[in-house]
Amino acid sequence: MSAALTGRLSIFNDKGSRVFLSALALVIVVAGLGNLLVPSDSVFHVSTLTITLLGKYLCFALLALSVDVIWGYCGILSLGHGAFFALGGYAMGMYLMRQIGDRGVYGDPVLPDFMVFLNWDSLPWFWHGFDQFWFAMVMVMLIPGLLAFVFGWLAFRSRVTGVYLSIMTQALTYALLLAFFRNEMGFGGNNGLTDFKDIVGFSLQADSTRVTLFIISAFVLALAYLVSKYIVTSKYGRIMVSIRDAENRTRFLGYKTEKYKVWLFVYSAVLAGIAGALYVPQVGIINPGEFAPLNSIEVVVWVAVGGRGTLYGAIAGAILVNFAKTRFTGIFPEAWLFALGGLFVVVTIFLPKGIVGLLSKRKSVLDAQSTEKAEAA
Amino acid sequence: MKTVEQAKEILHKEQVWSFMQSESAVDINVDKDIILYIEGLTVSFDGFKALNDLNLYVRDGELRCVIGANGAGKTTFMDVITGKTPCDSGSAYFGQTINLLDKTEAEVAQLGIGRKFQKPSVFEALTVYENIELALKTNKSVLATLFYKITPKQHERIKDVIHIIGLEPQTHLLSGALSHGQKQWLEIGMLLVADPRVLLVDEPVAGMTAQETERTAELLTSLAGDRTVIVVEHDMEFVRSIAKDVTVLHQGSVLAEGTMEEIQNNAQVKEVYLGEDMVSEGGAA
Ligand SMILES: Nc1ncnc2c1ncn2[C@@H]1O[C@H](COP(=O)(O)OP(=O)(O)OP(=O)(O)O)[C@@H](O)[C@H]1O
Ligand SMILES: [Mg+2]
Repeated sequence: MSAALTGRLSIFNDKGSRVFLSALALVIVVAGLGNLLVPSDSVFHVSTLTITLLGKYLCFALLALSVDVIWGYCGILSLGHGAFFALGGYAMGMYLMRQIGDRGVYGDPVLPDFMVFLNWDSLPWFWHGFDQFWFAMVMVMLIPGLLAFVFGWLAFRSRVTGVYLSIMTQALTYALLLAFFRNEMGFGGNNGLTDFKDIVGFSLQADSTRVTLFIISAFVLALAYLVSKYIVTSKYGRIMVSIRDAENRTRFLGYKTEKYKVWLFVYSAVLAGIAGALYVPQVGIINPGEFAPLNSIEVVVWVAVGGRGTLYGAIAGAILVNFAKTRFTGIFPEAWLFALGGLFVVVTIFLPKGIVGLLSKRKSVLDAQSTEKAEAA
Repeated sequence: MKTVEQAKEILHKEQVWSFMQSESAVDINVDKDIILYIEGLTVSFDGFKALNDLNLYVRDGELRCVIGANGAGKTTFMDVITGKTPCDSGSAYFGQTINLLDKTEAEVAQLGIGRKFQKPSVFEALTVYENIELALKTNKSVLATLFYKITPKQHERIKDVIHIIGLEPQTHLLSGALSHGQKQWLEIGMLLVADPRVLLVDEPVAGMTAQETERTAELLTSLAGDRTVIVVEHDMEFVRSIAKDVTVLHQGSVLAEGTMEEIQNNAQVKEVYLGEDMVSEGGAA
C-alpha cells in the first residue's frame, strides 16, 4: 500500500489537528492550574468566572463541530441545531432539578418548585428516571438522536434538500420553542429550569466543580473531534463528500444516500445534545430561549467564519465569535446582531473558506515565495 | 436428515455466511438468453412523450448500440431502467424475474447495472484513486463503509483499472483538475471497477481524440461477452466500428433494429433520421 494511503488513515498527521489538540491541552492546564493553585491575588490567577466562560465556549465549539460535520462535509445546512442542543440541555436540567430534592423554595421532596407552583400533585411520567444520573445521560443522547432520526428519515427519504431542508429545520426548532414555552408541557414554561444545587453530589458553586466541568468539556470536545475526524477521513467521509457534490451520481454507484445522511444527522444531533448537557450546569439555567431560531443561525455563522469542512475551523470560529460577542455586548449590546450579520456577509463574500482558509492561503503564498527564492538562488 | 445436511453446510469451516459476504450474488434468470426485457415503456414530461411504447430486448452478453436524433429518448430510456425517472406505463425486467421499475437507483446499481453518464460526472473533490475506490464492488451498507479497510487485493484492482484507463500519473490528483476526455475515462474506470453485469454507456467518446476514441472502442468490444454493453452514441464512425446490432430510436420508440448495414439501407431510417449525410457517408464507405 502506498505511503499516501496509509498516511491519510492516521488522524494525527494533519497539522490543524495537532495544533488544535495541543492548544486545547494547554488551555486546560493553564486555566485549571491558574484557578486552583495560583492564589487569587496573583496576576496569574484565572478567575472562576473566566473558567466558566471558557467552558461555555467549549460547549459552543462542540455545537459548531456538530454542524460542520453535516454542513461542511455532507452539505446538509441545518438551521435548527440549536434544538438538539437545547434538548440535551433540558435532559441535563431535569436531572439537576431532581437533585435539588427538598432544598427548593417549597421544600417538596420530589416535585420541582414550578410543579408545586402549578398545583401539580405528582411527577409527570416523563420526569421519572431523571433522578438517576446515568438515565439522564442516556436521554441527553437518545432524545436528540431520536428526533434527528425521525426528522432525517422523513426528510431525506422524500429527498428534501437545500433551502427546503433548511427551512424545515428552522420550523422544527421554532415549533419546539413554542411548545416549551407552555407551562402544561411540564418543562417549567418560559422560566425553564434553574436554581440548580449540585451535580452527582458536588456543589455547582464550588470552584473545583467549575474547573472539573470545564475540563470535562474540553475532553469531550477533543474526543468528539477525534471521532468526527475518524468519520470524515473514513470511506464514509468520502461518500459524504460525494453526496454533498453529486448526490444522484452517488446513488448510481449503489449507495443508499438517504441512509448515509440520516445516520450522519443523528450523530451530529447527539453531539449537539451532549454540548447542551455540558452547557447547562455551567451556566446554571436552561429555558425555551435556547430553541430560538436565531441561535441556530448563529451557529452556522460561527462555522462559516471559522471555515467549514475542516472541523477545527468550526471550533476556532465558535470560540472567536463568542469571544467577540462577550466583548462586544459588554460595550454596545444593541449592535451585536448587526455586527454578526455584517461579519457573515463579509465572510461569505471575501473569505469563502473562513479564517482557516485565509491562514492556509497565506501559508501557501509564503511557501510559493520561499520556493521561488530557493529556485532563484 | 436434510436439515442435518444443511446445518453441516452452514457450519462448514470454509462457509462464508451471506451476511459477511461483501456482495450478495444476485440471481439473474437468463434462461431465455435475454437479459433486459423492456416492454411498452411510456414516459411523458408535461404531456410530451419522451418515450412512447418502447419495446426492446437485449440478449445476454451482446454489445448493442442505440442511436437516434437529439431528443429521441435515449437518455430517458436509461433513466427509466436505472430507477431515476418513474414511468407512466410499461415494464422493464432484468432477467426473467427482477422488476426494475420498483427499484431505487442504488438498488439497481447493486443488482449489477452500471451506468456512465452523458455528461461526465465524477466527484471533483476526490482524487482519481478515491473516485475509483467509491465505485468498487463492495459492501455498500453504512456500517461496512464506516469501518472499511481496503484489502491489498482491492488496492491492486483499483491500480489495475487506473492503468487500463491510463490515468496512472493522475492517481492522486483531484479529479476536478482532469480534462474532459480524462474525466470520460475516469467514468469508464468507475464503471469497470464496479464489475457490473450490464453496462449502460451514454455517449462515451464525446470530447475524446481520435486515438482515445479508438481505445474506447476496443475496450467496449472486449467487455462484451461476459457482460452486456449498451452504448448510446452520436459518433457514427464509432458506432460502425463497434456495433453488431443497432437500435434506432425515434420520438421515443424503436424505429428499426438490425445490423449496421441493414440500418443504413432501411428506407424509413434514411428518411427520418440519417438524412443525407448518412446516406452519402454510407455511399462513400
Ligand atoms: N426531466 C425532464 N423534464 C422534461 N423534459 C425532459 C426531461 N428529460 C428529458 N426531457 C425531454 O425528453 C426528450 C428526450 O430526452 P433524452 O435526454 O432522452 O434525449 P436523448 O435521445 O438522450 O438526446 P441527446 O442525443 O441530445 O442526448 C427531450 O425532448 C427532452 O427535452
Ligand atoms: Mg442523451
